[in-house]
Amino acid sequence: MNIIGFLIPIALILGGLGVIAFIWCLRSNQYEDLEGAAWRILDDDDDEPPADRNKPQA
Amino acid sequence: MSVITAGLTAGGQIEIQPTRPDDILPFIRRHPDGSWSLDLMVEGAHCGACISRIERTLLRYDGVRSARLNLSTRRLHVAWTGARDEGVALHAALEQLGYRAVAFDPERLAGKDLAREQDLLRCMAIAGFAASNVMILSISVWAGHSMGMGPGTRGLLHWLSALIALPTVAYAGRPFFTSAWRALRAGTTNMDVPISVGVLLACAMSLSETIRHAPYAYFDSAVTLLFFLLVGRYLDSRARGHARAAVERLMLLRTATVTVLAPDGTRSSLPADQVRPGAMILVAPGERIGVDGRVAMGASSLDNSLVTGESMPAQVGTGDRVYAGTLNLDGLLHVEALAVGEQTLLSEIGRLMEMAEQRRGRYVALADRVARLYAPVVHVLALATFLAWTLVMGVSWQVGLLHAVAVLIITCPCALGLAVPAVQVIASGRLMRAGVLLKSATALERLAAVDTVVFDKTGTLTIGRPELVDRDKLPREALELAAAMAAGSRHVLARGLVAACPDMPLRAGVREVPGCGLVLQTPEGEVRLGQRSWAVGGIEEDQAPHTPLPEIWLARPGRPPVVFRFEDQLRIDAAATVRKLRQQGYQVELLSGDREDVAAGVALDLGIETWRAAVMPAGKTAHLEALKRAGRHVLMVGDGLNDAPALAAAHVSASPSTAADISQTAADAVFQGQRLGAVVELLTVARQAERLVKQNMVMSIGYNVLAVPLAMLGLVTPLIAAVTMSSSSLLVVGNALRLARSRGR
Repeated sequence: MNIIGFLIPIALILGGLGVIAFIWCLRSNQYEDLEGAAWRILDDDDDEPPADRNKPQA
Repeated sequence: MSVITAGLTAGGQIEIQPTRPDDILPFIRRHPDGSWSLDLMVEGAHCGACISRIERTLLRYDGVRSARLNLSTRRLHVAWTGARDEGVALHAALEQLGYRAVAFDPERLAGKDLAREQDLLRCMAIAGFAASNVMILSISVWAGHSMGMGPGTRGLLHWLSALIALPTVAYAGRPFFTSAWRALRAGTTNMDVPISVGVLLACAMSLSETIRHAPYAYFDSAVTLLFFLLVGRYLDSRARGHARAAVERLMLLRTATVTVLAPDGTRSSLPADQVRPGAMILVAPGERIGVDGRVAMGASSLDNSLVTGESMPAQVGTGDRVYAGTLNLDGLLHVEALAVGEQTLLSEIGRLMEMAEQRRGRYVALADRVARLYAPVVHVLALATFLAWTLVMGVSWQVGLLHAVAVLIITCPCALGLAVPAVQVIASGRLMRAGVLLKSATALERLAAVDTVVFDKTGTLTIGRPELVDRDKLPREALELAAAMAAGSRHVLARGLVAACPDMPLRAGVREVPGCGLVLQTPEGEVRLGQRSWAVGGIEEDQAPHTPLPEIWLARPGRPPVVFRFEDQLRIDAAATVRKLRQQGYQVELLSGDREDVAAGVALDLGIETWRAAVMPAGKTAHLEALKRAGRHVLMVGDGLNDAPALAAAHVSASPSTAADISQTAADAVFQGQRLGAVVELLTVARQAERLVKQNMVMSIGYNVLAVPLAMLGLVTPLIAAVTMSSSSLLVVGNALRLARSRGR
């Protein structure tokens, strides 16, 4: 049973990383334009990453 | 200089105002690092090609650092370094590409709603994370019950669950706790009260069970419940946010700035609501008047259709009152702004609307009505369970509480919380594809109760744009000459002439006589096109019969005058829509502010038996009140400023997207495009949605009726609770999805 001493923390850490990644996406406005993102992926040319709009407006 | 044709554009698109540099400059913002930025609302961008076209074009300009178009909201943010005025050039470049763009202040639009939606999404993510992890631990515990897990391991797993679940509930439960607290403080109860009580009690009880090393803990139920409910909340807020954003966009494209003429002759551009009374306003032909006022100088004809519903232009001269929302057609007007507060027609209509809203009372959504019954029943059952177990059966109070909490968890309106939003999201998605935007959360429910449909005439049943009658009976050369003269005019009837005989180049030398018509000097003499009395000079006044139809006269030297008559055409599918509505058993009525004979003609054409003409805004409201007293549920469809109070007074209301801003604000649904058939679709979807909502309610309550006795008998383990909860939620969502598949005809 000692194995759960490793497995449970690993599961929690991995899941937690997922949540952190999601919240990071949310904070950097990546959920703002789902429709546009669906089109942008079809664009062959490289795009500059969008400027962080939170900063200048704060 | 970027000028786009104003006035009535073909295809019934929204009317657009010419854009001047003055409209852009106030919205350019300076940033601390010395760069500039501008936010624009772009109309007409629909796909990936538009994104790259717009962004690439702007990025080619010197100094442009970033250009980003949000396709969901159609908002463009562009930032550059260098001169401030470059913003105007960027805007012009955009319009040259064929996209209409309007500057806006992002801080005014970035609403609380967006922040709330993001908060819900964050809560949902955290609840989802916690639910899956707690469930993994719980499954081990459940398996352990039959496979002999030791109390030490079980205790460890319970403690771990508590460690995940308690912070999650504290964080992700906030939307429910605050709402429940608000309701309780106001002395009422809503769905969030039993949710909050259930979740909090389940957590507290599970924690005490964990401390006591007892076999059952309900952390998984509490967290899964929150997750499902948050999904429902998020879907709900998203569907409404979408519609709201779309309406906002329409409004923004038409918010006018007015040109103020200072005493020293300088011109400046101001938002209409910042104009002081007494200021002198310049109104160019083709512009909407932004304020209520009095004409100080100039003569013109005004399109009053948004205010009065009258489709024909009215003549105005010095000293006449003019109202905000009217469109100046042919002459330059100097308008003195009068009191910009309580005395304006707009605020009069606003007051009427407020009164109507108050009389309508606050409609209580079905889910809330159910909750009002539901919450006390649930709490009484739980209390009864607790008392029966501790007092009658004589078990310890902890065990009694355990069973009572099981009742609360089983009855927690998880499926009930999803039942309505799941259907609403799918219904509004389907309507949005049909070009209908739902603005009110309870609109679908109210639409389902409708038995009477009342239409306004101008702009609703008709296109709101006159077209030439008997085109083929007119002399060809006269029509061509008239169309060539009219090509440069913005007058509604001139537009109608051009539409009837397109592709005629504008005849050189045509001069506009404001308020009268058009003049062309030819070698033979003066050719006049315009009002009867002015064009034919009263000589032949009595020769042609007077008809109710609006008309233009063409007078040429030495030839008999020719008259062009116009009629406001019905929407293409107006007759079919009315017929369909009647077939489906709706009463259809016509309520118009227009003249008796015009309204009668339309009613006859469409087969509407009940109609009233020349009704003032107050009269419309009164008529709707009368219908309501007769027990009818009315859907009011209207577009004019004069309809706004009636829209607010009706049980539920809809307006076309070409309607006045205030009407769109008052209406529960806004439909786009030329087709009136959207009204039929709206009612069909509403009825289907109503049926599905009721099915969902019955299903989720049925689950409770089955499971509650088990819970009261103390037979429900956390495993059974989890299974019933998840399966009923899935069933409800699956049922709602049927609405997306069933394509209404």
